[in-house]
Amino acid sequence: MTGAGPGLALRAKVLLAVLAVALVAAPLYTSDYVLSILILCLYFAYAGQAWNIMTGFAGQLSLGHSLYVGIGAYVAAMFFVKFGVNPWLGALGAIAACAVIGAIIGVLAFRFGVGGVYFAILTIAFAEFTRIGFDHLEWLGGSGGLFIPVASRHTMDFLRLRGPPVMFFYIALALALVGLWISAALLKSRFGYYWQAIRENEEAAQALGINVFRYKLYAVMISAALTAVAGVFFAFYYNTLFPEQIFSMGRSIEIILGPIIGGLGTLAGPIVGAFVLTPLADLVTELMELLGIDTPGVKQVFYGVCLLVVVVFLPNGIWPAIAKRLGFPPPGGHS
Amino acid sequence: MNLLEVRGLSKSFSGLRAVSDVSFNVPEHSLFAMIGPNGAGKTTCFNLIAGVFPPDEGTVALGGRAIIGFRPDQICHAGIGRTFQVVKPFPQMTVLDNVIVGALNAHRDVASARREARGVLERLHLDAKADHLAASLTLPERKRLEVARAMATRPRLLLLDEVMAGLRPTEVDEMVGVFRRINAETGLTILLIEHVMRAVMALAQHIVVLHHGEKICEGAPEAVVRDPAVLECYLGEGAV
Repeated sequence: MTGAGPGLALRAKVLLAVLAVALVAAPLYTSDYVLSILILCLYFAYAGQAWNIMTGFAGQLSLGHSLYVGIGAYVAAMFFVKFGVNPWLGALGAIAACAVIGAIIGVLAFRFGVGGVYFAILTIAFAEFTRIGFDHLEWLGGSGGLFIPVASRHTMDFLRLRGPPVMFFYIALALALVGLWISAALLKSRFGYYWQAIRENEEAAQALGINVFRYKLYAVMISAALTAVAGVFFAFYYNTLFPEQIFSMGRSIEIILGPIIGGLGTLAGPIVGAFVLTPLADLVTELMELLGIDTPGVKQVFYGVCLLVVVVFLPNGIWPAIAKRLGFPPPGGHS
Repeated sequence: MNLLEVRGLSKSFSGLRAVSDVSFNVPEHSLFAMIGPNGAGKTTCFNLIAGVFPPDEGTVALGGRAIIGFRPDQICHAGIGRTFQVVKPFPQMTVLDNVIVGALNAHRDVASARREARGVLERLHLDAKADHLAASLTLPERKRLEVARAMATRPRLLLLDEVMAGLRPTEVDEMVGVFRRINAETGLTILLIEHVMRAVMALAQHIVVLHHGEKICEGAPEAVVRDPAVLECYLGEGAV
């Protein structure tokens, strides 16, 4: 297990305390620009955490998590825009919708023994045809997009999630922490043990009494439900939803790069990955602007290079490589 | 009383009869062995009992309850633990976590499963490796881990598929001692497939011999190894 726990060295405790204070106080000393990057980092840390449960813990590769972000976003936005339901209640609807969709995909795949890359293709397929469906769903704006009315920057309506970036920063921070806590709790429980066993060897897992079908289904449903909340946040932070963007394959990839770069299947991986990749990507964008290079796709090329470097030099991700040096127990063991 | 009752078990794979009308009983608390040349159908027989695939014909009962048609996880719940001939550890989990997964079959919470797992590791002399990743174990250690995981599920019947293969004679003797002690102390019924005759003769109270998918002989070890049919299938016709 990684992250918080009794096995931490003093170094790790000090580091965690400093980081915690730095993050909580961030709005006091950062510019709006830096704050917006921090919000993105926290958003990806949370979404990555949710994806990591399904793929990192349970070994079921999803390349279509934009599906759950999109459904979560659209459901909460629909409740808000069409019926005036506040996003906190809307989030419950989003969670339920995504859990059901996750269950449908899971049942379809696992009943018919679809696994590995074929399962991954199935997840892409569902995201893609949902995108096409929403493109034609005129009631929710179709391809023209769905817009959530923006309030003035100075109002602070926590219940309706209308407020300044600082509010979203603290919500994102809370999300990332709650996501970490849920992941840690799951990993320590029967779920965590069973998921990892299934990931490592399905046949042996089954021989040890694990209902493989059921536990894989739990993994997909929990991951989908948690990702839905990321979608709700996305909707109310950006206020605009386009099927073309939110359900795109690129969005799915953005979510999974953090955990992969940070350390697949570890608790700290999604957080480390998000905090490394997000600012770097922005830095590159800035750098290109400074140098006057206006080539589209530079960000993607950069992502690709980052992936290559990590895969070649740190095949298990950044976190497993640095955990011990920072005084954290090495990932892999629970006990 | 018979713990395991196998009746008329048959299984064909695309025309090849891997197991043909095999019947035998394993009494409770006994140490049973199944032997036979390579390809005799021993592992297929195990897989049929463990629910990996259904038999074409025949029945299997555990403690008088039919378990044919159960999935492997249901068979495990019913009380049969098994090891795999080709070991299947969870490599990126620690040795202790590997065994906790098994122990969770019989325990409600992780803490008590962990206690049980530590006890099982001690019995199998793996406690020193508890915090190592399973990927770092040697083959003999992996075989012991395989046994530890299966035992941690708290089975009534333990199926061991060639857990002595590849071990040095001293390691075989050590394993024999472990199984004897477990059988004596807990009354756990053990059915093992084994090629290592040193282990079979030292452990088994009763031997079933398979050849070409059929049971050709069964009985006490001393009698079985002198049986002409057994000698013939192992050594060829001229030897008898």
